[in-house]
Amino acid sequence: MSDVSQPRNSYLDAPYGLASWLLTKDHKRIAMLYLISITIFFAIGGLFAAGIRLELLTPQGDLWTSDLYNKLFTLHGVVMIFFFLVPSIPATLGNFLMPIMIGAKDLAFPRINLISWYLYIIGATVTLAAVFTGGLDTGWTFYTPYSSVSSQTAVTTAAIGVFITGFSSILTGLNFIVTTHRMRAPGMTWFRLPLFVWSNYATSLVMILGTPVIAITVLLVAAERALGLGFFDPARGGDPVLFQHLFWFYSHPAVYIMILPGMGVISELVAAMARKQVFGYSFVAFSSLAIAILGFLVWGHHLFVSSQSIYAGLVFSIITMLVAIPSAVKTFNWTATLYRGSISWQSPTWWVVGFMGLFTIGGLTGVFLGTLGLNIHLTDTYFVVAHFHYIMVGGAIMAYMGGLHFWWPKMTGRMFSDAGSKTSAVLVFVGFNLTFFPQFVLGFMGMPRRYHAYPDEWQVLNVLSSCGAGVLALGYALPLVYLTYSLFRGAAAPANPWGAKGLEWTIPSPPTTYNFEAEVRVDEPAYNYKSTREVHVG
Amino acid sequence: MQGTVSAHDGGHDAHAHNPNLQHHFYSMEQQLEASTLGMWLFLVTEVMFFGGMFLAYLIYRVIYPEAWILGSNHLNVAMGALNTGVLICSSLTMALAVRAAQTSNRGAQIRYLLLTMAFGSVFLIVKYFEYAEKFEHHLVPGRHFDMTLPQAGQQQLFFSIYFMMTGIHAIHMIVGLGLMLVILTMAWRGRFSASYYTPIEMSGLYWHFVDIVWIFLFPLLYLLGAHYSAH
Repeated sequence: MSDVSQPRNSYLDAPYGLASWLLTKDHKRIAMLYLISITIFFAIGGLFAAGIRLELLTPQGDLWTSDLYNKLFTLHGVVMIFFFLVPSIPATLGNFLMPIMIGAKDLAFPRINLISWYLYIIGATVTLAAVFTGGLDTGWTFYTPYSSVSSQTAVTTAAIGVFITGFSSILTGLNFIVTTHRMRAPGMTWFRLPLFVWSNYATSLVMILGTPVIAITVLLVAAERALGLGFFDPARGGDPVLFQHLFWFYSHPAVYIMILPGMGVISELVAAMARKQVFGYSFVAFSSLAIAILGFLVWGHHLFVSSQSIYAGLVFSIITMLVAIPSAVKTFNWTATLYRGSISWQSPTWWVVGFMGLFTIGGLTGVFLGTLGLNIHLTDTYFVVAHFHYIMVGGAIMAYMGGLHFWWPKMTGRMFSDAGSKTSAVLVFVGFNLTFFPQFVLGFMGMPRRYHAYPDEWQVLNVLSSCGAGVLALGYALPLVYLTYSLFRGAAAPANPWGAKGLEWTIPSPPTTYNFEAEVRVDEPAYNYKSTREVHVG
Repeated sequence: MQGTVSAHDGGHDAHAHNPNLQHHFYSMEQQLEASTLGMWLFLVTEVMFFGGMFLAYLIYRVIYPEAWILGSNHLNVAMGALNTGVLICSSLTMALAVRAAQTSNRGAQIRYLLLTMAFGSVFLIVKYFEYAEKFEHHLVPGRHFDMTLPQAGQQQLFFSIYFMMTGIHAIHMIVGLGLMLVILTMAWRGRFSASYYTPIEMSGLYWHFVDIVWIFLFPLLYLLGAHYSAH
């Protein structure tokens, strides 16, 4: 605590005033704007989830009407995916760290960065308008012809909201790619980049190639609904399955938009907390690109039972299995990094360990679902729900929370309660498993997703799941308390509280507006812990 | 260090070489490279955006070849061809405007930008008359579509895709004209010269892209079945 440094001219302090924040072009301030916005949407999405779990406490559909229940799970999905998970790590931690990690003063296009936040806010507002003008009951998947012809809810408004938000994501991805290519400091070669940059780069590729397709797809649905045009309408010879192809061409890669940045966070945290160079750096780096590329070739596994040709199904099934390879490369390399590392059990490590367990289960159950025969039994059951929550909540959000804690001192200049963070990590881990593990069992027994009533014999498992959701909510609420508290009463953070490597730890906490006072020159590989191992004692 | 604050919002005192160099770049080359890469990436996203519609076009054309020819025969080839010519001319004048910026010729920049905007406006006016004709002949999908036509359902698919593709293309043209207006103002103020012409060059890339989309749309939509089999 001796080298406490809180510069008077940090990016948080100057300039002052609301307008200076709302019109800022500083990537760090935009990251904070995103952090506040997505936290709000995480809470809203969580409220919808609470509605779902309350209804499922009892076998009868007695708490909400079936129509309202349809809206609850739809809005839970739409809000969590488009307004929380997709922007979560890239727009907050990524925005904050990408330029600093490569030794740049800002992203390549600061103004476009700000525009992307405004597009997010506008898209979110339009979607919220849909919530209050009839809701949305199509499921987050917007399947036609229900969405384009039958649904009585505000599909057009919601689709336009998602369309607008898509551009926020595209602009972030575009900014990251150009920044990685053109803004690296002298000496910061591609293979000296922190792995967080690699994984955000891979994520950005998916964002700019996939997101435009979902944009045009939801626009076609909106046009079919609002203007009477016909694209997927079977009455005019249109093919609803075409919609599913277009939709999943984005929405499967979108899974990797959500998990790849999380993998980047874990790579950083594992190296820092084990004080070791990441094992097989280049394999981990390239596995991110492999996941991004393979991710574009597996969308058909969402259409195994949608009249897709069996041969197409076979190919999609095989490619789906292939995704397991780069994912396993990462998992094994993280493990190998921990092996014989001097592991510090400060709280970020707790989130990392939680991530590894949950992501592994999520990944392996994905192999179950990618298997053609088994998929027919498991399609549209709670097994699918449990699987993707293990990836997105157990994987992506665990990593997000770990990263948020790890870089919180850097972002805010304040230390948080380590005990609070550990308690929260445990609550989330226990609550999460309690919520979603029973759903694997329920799904395997055949409980379909999206139903608000079920046979009596499934009540015990559903009650377990709902109780788990309560614990999980507590686990997520806790950081809101102690992190907010740390902003006002937390001890001032030193420049490098974890003894970690990386350019972001060489500058004050919080950084100054331009990040670096002098021109940066890099002359060592990433995670060069060998030189400092004996100096820092965890 | 207090001075850094104002420098952030447009001041360039740290790099006094070129007033157009933004604070977070080291050099004009780096800034130009970043803008160029960014613009090309944006065009990639545009290709993917239009790609969804091209895919829908392709699949339905394979499934319903006759309806596609019937629908195509309702389109006005003369107007489509005129617009194709107009857009090719506008691409030429746009390229000349960029060239004029690179040679620091302010008068030529303004002239060629105005010509480009004129061609773009002609395109939109012709498109307006084409659309009006489709409304009169009940060829707009929906309740008022002429259901006495052969394969009326599938022809509606054709016209849905026609309106969606040309409509989104037209929106891109309108955005392009707005962009040209901004660039024209900047050219008027003498902002572009051999040492700095990034905005006009980037807008040019966008303009050419929108033209190229039309170069694909014209044969795919208008020239099916070559019209001699028409009624």
